[in-house]
Amino acid sequence: MKALITVLLWLMVPLAAWATPAASIVQPIEIDMADKAALRDGASTFVGYCMGCHGARFQRYQRVADDLGIPYEQMLKTLAPAGASIADHMETRLQPADATAWFGAEVPDLTLVARVRGTDWLYAYLRGFHADPARPWGVNNIVYPNVGMPNVLESLQGRQVLDCPEASAAQPCTRLRVIPGTGSLDAQQFDDKVRNLVAFLAYSADPVKARSQQIGLYVLLYLALLVILAYLLKREYWKDVG
Amino acid sequence: MRGLLQWIEARLPVGRVWRAHLSQYYVPKNLNVFYLFGSLALLMLLNQLLTGIWLTMNYTPTAEGAFASIEYIMRDVEYGWLLRYLHSTGASAFFIVIYLHMFRGLLYGSYQKPRELVWVFGMSIYLLLMAEAFMGYLLPWGQMSYWGAQVIISLFGAIPVVGADLAQWIRGDYLVSGVTLNRFFALHVVALPLLIVALVVLHILALHEVGSNNPDGIDIKRLRDADGKPLDGIAFHPYYTVKDLLGVAVFLFVFSAVVLFFPQMGGYFLEPANFEPANVLKTPEHIVPVWYFTPFYAILRAVPDKLMGVLAMGFAIAILFVLPWLDRSPVRSMRYKGWMSRTALALFCIAFVTLGYLGMQPATAITTWVTRVCMALYFGYFLAMPLYTRREVTRPVPDRVPRR
Repeated sequence: MKALITVLLWLMVPLAAWATPAASIVQPIEIDMADKAALRDGASTFVGYCMGCHGARFQRYQRVADDLGIPYEQMLKTLAPAGASIADHMETRLQPADATAWFGAEVPDLTLVARVRGTDWLYAYLRGFHADPARPWGVNNIVYPNVGMPNVLESLQGRQVLDCPEASAAQPCTRLRVIPGTGSLDAQQFDDKVRNLVAFLAYSADPVKARSQQIGLYVLLYLALLVILAYLLKREYWKDVG
Repeated sequence: MRGLLQWIEARLPVGRVWRAHLSQYYVPKNLNVFYLFGSLALLMLLNQLLTGIWLTMNYTPTAEGAFASIEYIMRDVEYGWLLRYLHSTGASAFFIVIYLHMFRGLLYGSYQKPRELVWVFGMSIYLLLMAEAFMGYLLPWGQMSYWGAQVIISLFGAIPVVGADLAQWIRGDYLVSGVTLNRFFALHVVALPLLIVALVVLHILALHEVGSNNPDGIDIKRLRDADGKPLDGIAFHPYYTVKDLLGVAVFLFVFSAVVLFFPQMGGYFLEPANFEPANVLKTPEHIVPVWYFTPFYAILRAVPDKLMGVLAMGFAIAILFVLPWLDRSPVRSMRYKGWMSRTALALFCIAFVTLGYLGMQPATAITTWVTRVCMALYFGYFLAMPLYTRREVTRPVPDRVPRR
């Protein structure tokens, strides 16, 4: 019986081997969700660079202010558009009809994008733009080929180009190089900026996570105690079962 | 207080029901850990009903409002996120518990005479639960909700002559739309829960009529003491109520850890694609049902012809209903059955889990063939059962529950 199970398990090894995708461009990254300053920086990058076209329409300014420790006044003055209420949702001012006219597609809302794509993907994507004169916005992306948006972070990152002498259709180039002096941030600063933005998107996709884990510890402690008490009660009653 | 109880007792059989189903309902004393999953299934049913009621209070069953109302529940409703995660994790936990409950039945022959009806009612509950879960999955109106429903409903289209009309009748539209969402909502929150609760009552009544089986498959009612109490039986209350309480506490520990720390369960309980609103014009790359359907989905995909695939999938579920009449063994429990039954059950379980895994993966030529081998094992377990259970040498079953 045991031998049979072992044989069957070994037969499944090749299955497990294919299950691993060969996506080497997307690397795992570490994000510290407890770093409020990083999340605030991410929020301001989001408002400054993304919200012209993308909204976070399920997220309220008030909730972000509360969770990230931003005073309401500052939130309204620096992050929310003029005349907005603190209870408003973080909606883009871009009209859907304009979006279709300018980009040929509806611009997706980003509230939940981190849950759809994952933070690793977002980080690689935001750093994966490169010059490509064949595309309408002059850029393409190694993570998302034929991407429909411009590289909005180019003024920070600088102009990035492909860095392979011989690329072919079979083996597309995935090495990138920034032309020095074209961006306002150096490589490390830019990576941090993107990481903070991704952290904010991760927060925005699942704003209850921190609270849920905090409650979780107490719940598990209580249940551990209940398990012990229930075990003692059971043992006491079952003493008279022969 | 006593007077009130007597007044009620004269008008309603509270005390009689209490004695018949709890304090004087005798249960074999040797039930093991597998026997916890019945009461855990009841607990999960209660969880789904209660969290479901509160979710319904804040949910909008329209194509325009459904997705946004889920995010409203997740963000603006007090503890709405907890209700939602309890409900979504609860669905998966319910199926885990039910699958283990069914496995217990296979292991100890709990479906055998005189418990055939208990099994048939149980299988009916399982079938309804699948419908309930399928319809509930449409309600968040995410991409996977939408396309999953589209694929599964279109399966009815494979039925000759009436298929296309039938699929349209189920959808209420030419494709899955707000109309479909509305009717699935009605069925998910009213019709199916009512049926499920009614069948659970029948399942328990039928069980209590004949009494619980046990890991040795011994009929404890044959040997009784002078008062007519089975020698190897103990009262359900308090012995099994306290034991179930322990089981519930352990289960809730694991369940709460998932709900509060990883409700997505790596994409198995909540699929990433479902955080994107339904889009009629954009078909997802891989349409994968939630894990509890994947064994049957794998079977469906592995058959080249669509109609035959649908039939194979239906047959895979239907054959479970007649299991009590396929097992011809003189003994109930695997502990006394022969090596053929044991091997068959082991292979069946491996095949079922493998099918579940393969159902989540994109189909390739090799996975399709592995799936077909697993299908052969799955169906072989049932179809060959009358032969191997009759032929094999079984061990004698003792009269009394053995001491361990």
